[in-house]
Amino acid sequence: MAAGAKVLILGIGNLLWADEGFGVRAVEEMHRRYETPENVTLMDGGTQGIYLVQHVREAEVLIVFDAVDYGLPSGAIKRVEDDEVPRFLGCRKVSLHQTGFQEVLAMAAMMGDAPGRLLLIGVQPEEIDDYGGGLRERVRAQIGPAIDMALDELARLGIRLRPRPRPLPAESSIACPIMTPDRYEGQRPPEDQAFRKGDLRVLAGGGFAPPEDPESELEAILAGRPGEVR
Amino acid sequence: MATVTTPNGFTLDDSGRRVVVDPVTRIEGHMRCEVNLDEDNVIRNAVSTGTMWRGLEVILKGRDPRDAWAFVQRICGVCTGTHALTSVRAVEDALGIDIPENANSIRNIMQLSLQVHDHLVHFYHLHALDWVNPVNALKADPKATSELQQSVSPHHPKSSPGYFRDIQTRLRRFVESGQLGPFKNGYWTNPAYLLPPEADLMAVAHYLEALDFQKEIMTVRTIFGGKDTHPNWLVGGVPCAINMDGAQAAGAPVNMERLNYVRSITQRAIEFVNNVYIPDVLAIGSFYKGWLYGGGLSGQNVLAYGDIPDRANDYSPGNLMMPVGAIINGKLDEVHEVDLRDPEQIQEFVPHSWYKYPDEARGLHPWDGITEAHYELGPNLVGTRTDIKRIDESAKYSWIKAPRWRGHAMEVGPLARYIIGYAQGHEYFTDQIERTLRALDLPVSALFSTLGRTAARALEAQWAAAIQLYFVDKLIANIKAGDSATANTAKFDPSTWPAEVKGVGFTEAPRGALGHWIRIRDTKIDNYQCVVPTTWNGSPRDNEGNIGAFEASLMNTKVEVAEEPVEILRTLHSFDPCLACSTHVLSEDGEELAHVKVR
Repeated sequence: MAAGAKVLILGIGNLLWADEGFGVRAVEEMHRRYETPENVTLMDGGTQGIYLVQHVREAEVLIVFDAVDYGLPSGAIKRVEDDEVPRFLGCRKVSLHQTGFQEVLAMAAMMGDAPGRLLLIGVQPEEIDDYGGGLRERVRAQIGPAIDMALDELARLGIRLRPRPRPLPAESSIACPIMTPDRYEGQRPPEDQAFRKGDLRVLAGGGFAPPEDPESELEAILAGRPGEVR
Repeated sequence: MATVTTPNGFTLDDSGRRVVVDPVTRIEGHMRCEVNLDEDNVIRNAVSTGTMWRGLEVILKGRDPRDAWAFVQRICGVCTGTHALTSVRAVEDALGIDIPENANSIRNIMQLSLQVHDHLVHFYHLHALDWVNPVNALKADPKATSELQQSVSPHHPKSSPGYFRDIQTRLRRFVESGQLGPFKNGYWTNPAYLLPPEADLMAVAHYLEALDFQKEIMTVRTIFGGKDTHPNWLVGGVPCAINMDGAQAAGAPVNMERLNYVRSITQRAIEFVNNVYIPDVLAIGSFYKGWLYGGGLSGQNVLAYGDIPDRANDYSPGNLMMPVGAIINGKLDEVHEVDLRDPEQIQEFVPHSWYKYPDEARGLHPWDGITEAHYELGPNLVGTRTDIKRIDESAKYSWIKAPRWRGHAMEVGPLARYIIGYAQGHEYFTDQIERTLRALDLPVSALFSTLGRTAARALEAQWAAAIQLYFVDKLIANIKAGDSATANTAKFDPSTWPAEVKGVGFTEAPRGALGHWIRIRDTKIDNYQCVVPTTWNGSPRDNEGNIGAFEASLMNTKVEVAEEPVEILRTLHSFDPCLACSTHVLSEDGEELAHVKVR
C-alpha cells in the first residue's frame, strides 16, 4: 500500500450511550489534534450503517474506532486486523450499528470494492446502560492510545500526520458542534430530573457482564465459530 | 381468551399454535412478533412487541431547546435529518420564529431527498429480499434476463446479457465464499418466493445499482447540511450561507456551481426512480398480485400530518404539498381535519405498554405526556422476566405506547398518505395510482395490501424526486431575485423568550407521520414527547382492545411454512419499521439470527 493510498478513519457508535460514543469521540479528538493530508479522511460515522457504504468503498485502507465487546476488562484496548474485523463487529451485539457495519463491509465486498486493509481499534466499554451519558474515565483515557495506534498504522504506510500548533476549539468538532464533550456532559440535567436507567430486563439479567472465560471466547471468535460463544 | 372480536373489527383467536419471531430481522431496533396459527396455517391472532425501552424524552429534559435537534438526530442512523427537522420546527413553533423562504426551500430539498433515498434503500436493501430470492438468481439465463430488462424498462442502459452474466458471476463468487452477508438469514427454499430466476437476477443487479446510486443522493444533504454524515440544523433557518459568486471550497457558502450540481443529481434521481425503481415494483408486483394480504388498518383508518410547505411558515393544509387528514372506517368521501394541538385528538394510551400513568383508562395528549417505565408481565406469561417464551397480551406487553386519533388505531406512512391524497382527489397521486393499478390489472381494493404499501412507497419516491426539482428551481429563482437570507436569528437569544411556552413540530418522515411536542420553561426543555411513525404502526392494543396496524396487517394471512414465516416479515417490513426511536436503543445480548419458535 503506497503512501498516497486513500485512507478512511471512521469513528462509529452512538454518542448518546455513554461508552458507546468512544469511536466518535476518538475521531473527533484526532481531528482536533492533527492536520490530515488530502488522501486521509476522518469521519464521524455515528450509527449510519448502510449510508456509509460508499465511503468504505472509496477507501483503500479503513481504520475504525469503536466500542467493542471483546469480553475483556473494561477500558482494555485491542487491535483487530483484516479478515478478523467483520467477525468482531458481529460477534456480540452491543449496539444497533454493529450488524449494520458488518453488513456495510459485506456490501462493499459484493461491489468488488472492499478496502484492502482493515484495522479495528476497539475499546472494551465499561458502561453503556447510561442513556444521555458520556465516556467513563477508563474508556476516555484510551482516546490518546487509540489515536497513537492509528498513527502507527499510518506511519507504516508512510503517512505522517502533522500535529496542529494547538488543538482546534471544541466547536470545530467534526462530530457535532453542539454535542462536544464538555457541553454534552456539562449541561446534563441531574439524575433526579432525567431517569437514566435502561431496559430493566437487561439490567436484571446482567446481559452485558463480561464472560467467565474471555480467552476461550476470543479463541472461538478467531476460529470463526462465534456462534459457540454465548 | 379463545375468540374475541375487537372494536376495530378483527376476530382474534389465540387457541392455535403460537409462532414467535424475535427479533424481526432487517429492522433498525428490536421488535418481536407472536402469532397464533389455525390448523390451515392462517394467522388468527397477532401480537407485536417493541422489546426495548425508549428513553429519548428523559435525556432531553433540562437541555437547551436549541440543541434538541442534535440529540434527536443521534437516536438512530436511519432518519437523522427528519427528526432534526421536526425538532427545530417544534422550537420555532413554541417561540414564534419565522424562517426565510430560502430556508424553507432548502429544508424541503433535504427532506425530499431523504424520502427518495430512504424509499430506495428500504425497497432494495431491506424489503426486496422478502420478494426476491438471490440464490434462485444463480439459475437465471443472462440472455433472457436481458430481454426481461428491456421489456420492463426500455430506457435503462444497463441491460446487456454480458452485464447480467457479470452480475451473476459476482453473486456466485459471493455466495460460494460462504459469506452471504446481507443475504444470510433468508429462507431461500421457501415456496412463498414466486419470481422466475431472471426476475430475481434483474432485481439483484438493481440491488447493486441502487447501492451505487445512493451515494449521489446523499451529497445533496451534505451540501446544505455542511457535512457528511450528520448534517447541521439551525433553529430559525438553515446553517448554510449563500454566496452565488463564491468559489467552491469545503465549508464555503452555497454557490451557483453547487446548486447546479444539486439540480443534476435531482434529475438523475428522477431518472433512476422512473427507469429502475418503478419498473421493478411493477415487474415484481405482477408475480405477486395474487398475494394481496396485509391490508390491516389501511382500508379503515389512516392518518397523515402533511409536510413540504410550499411557502415558508404556513403549515395549513392548503400550503402543504403532502396530504393531511384522517380517514375513519374506510370512508374515503370524508377526510377529517387533523389538529396536533387539540387535546382530544392525538392521545397515547398505556394499558398494554410498559409505562405507568396515574389513570390508565385515559389517554394523554403529548404535551401532557408522561414517560415513566413500568415493566410488568401478565399472569399468563410463559417463561420468566428475562426469558419470555410466550407474552401475555392481556396485560402490558410492549415498550411502545398506543397512540390513538380520537380513540382510533391508525396506520401512517406512504400508503396512508396516498390513500388520503387519492380520497382528496389529488391529481398527481390519483394519476399515479390509476396507472399502477392499470399496469397490474388490479382493482382499487388491491391498494389496501402489503403490495399496495410497497407500491405507494415507490410512487412517493417518484413524486418526491419531481417536487425536489421544483424546490431546487424555486430556490435558484429566489436567490437570483436578490434574496440570500437563510436564517432568522432575531429570537435566538433565550433572554427574549417568555418564561413558559409550548410548541409542536411535525413532518412526514419516510415511514410516516412524525410529531415532536415541546414545553419550554425558563429557557430549558421541561417536557419533550415524540410520537414517531412506528409508535403509530407498531402500537399494542389500547384500553378498548383495538389492535394496532402491524397486528391488524398480519391477521388472516396464510403462512406457507410455519417455521419460515416469510409472509410475516414481508408484511411487517412493508411498513419500513424502525424501532430505534419508537423504543429504547439498548439491546439484549441478542443473537443475530431470527428465532422462530413454533409452540
